[in-house]
Amino acid sequence: MPQVATTANARDLWGTVGARIGIIRRNYRVVPGLYAVGSPGPESSVLVTANYKLSFDALRLPLTGVDAWLLVLDTRGINVWCAAGKGTLSTEEVIQSVNRFRLSEVVSHRQLVLPQLAATGVTAQEVKRGCGFQVLFGPVRATDLPTYLHQGKQCDEAMREVTFTLPERAVLIPVELFLLAKPLLTILALVFLFSGIGPSLFSLTAALDRGLLLLAATMLGIAGGAVLTPLLLPWLPCRQFWLKGLWPGLALAACTYPLFAPRIAVTEQLALALWAVTVSSYLAMNFTGSTPFTSPSGVEYEMRRGIPVQLAATCLAVALWVSRPFF
Amino acid sequence: MHGYRYIEGTATLEVDRQRCVGCGNCAVVCPHRIFALSTEGLEVRAPELCMECGACARNCPVQAISVAPGVGCAVALLSAWINRLLGRKVLSDCC
Repeated sequence: MPQVATTANARDLWGTVGARIGIIRRNYRVVPGLYAVGSPGPESSVLVTANYKLSFDALRLPLTGVDAWLLVLDTRGINVWCAAGKGTLSTEEVIQSVNRFRLSEVVSHRQLVLPQLAATGVTAQEVKRGCGFQVLFGPVRATDLPTYLHQGKQCDEAMREVTFTLPERAVLIPVELFLLAKPLLTILALVFLFSGIGPSLFSLTAALDRGLLLLAATMLGIAGGAVLTPLLLPWLPCRQFWLKGLWPGLALAACTYPLFAPRIAVTEQLALALWAVTVSSYLAMNFTGSTPFTSPSGVEYEMRRGIPVQLAATCLAVALWVSRPFF
Repeated sequence: MHGYRYIEGTATLEVDRQRCVGCGNCAVVCPHRIFALSTEGLEVRAPELCMECGACARNCPVQAISVAPGVGCAVALLSAWINRLLGRKVLSDCC
């Protein structure tokens, strides 16, 4: 039986950094199976988790002084809540893992503690019917597990509620930025293309001079939508994210106006501001997928309103920007 | 968490109070604590807090709760729309 530590070593820390930045996020896994923390016996609790390494670490690291079995399911390297939503952390997967790893030969009781968020994919009654094990939904956060176990597997109300605190939001920003690297290459090409078009067909000097300005406006939009929006989320007015994203975009455009304005025409100023605000709005809308409280019906509702506006604003900004050298 | 209310009137959550047997599973699993179980029966306290994760409906033994479950992610929805437009299968998503 593999024994796992309840402390993180240098490799774990670098792995966490790599996953949080996004570089190794898709392939940061643990081998599914049964693991031991402390020195568990037949009476010890069985704690179930996903085989994403960050989920596994989140579970094992708070367990200093606890004797328990860890049952790691095969969720294809996806975290508990996403895997439950996608169907890889399912009733069937729990039943199969219990059987595959012969849990009934290891423990004398018939009880599993699953993270509460696994309930999106797991039906407790069907697990019981399928393999004889009763499912208890434990706390949302593994850090509450020692208290939960100490209280005789009872949750306080606060342990059952999802939070989205400033640190919880801030830690998501690196991945938001990392995911932009690829689309940014396409945007970079278009930025220089649109900036160089002029009466002489294409001017390389203009492409570089004006292109840098347009690139700077793009960066402002990214800062607004992918950095400031997550940080300021609860204080941004409006419920719809594409509207929330307007404020940081507008604020950044206003703050940098004195830097841009003297060098360019009014139509160009307008184009840059419009573009920065649109990028911010779009990225704020994309942040819905990273939050723990947006519903698919709500996201669809706001996308049907936000995307047409964003598209129109983009077309207007491009038209203003490209047409300028012709006047 | 009560600061995070999403758009009102969009969530598809519906509760059939006639069917409810009062087991309390939904109240246990809801990550936004929107159910209250009392002698009066099951009560939905704040529907705009529902994120349609589907945990309650999945763990209801008598199908008293209905909700169209899914992930509230603009990127996933947008790629689904684009794929449908182009007649492709969904290749990948972000999480």
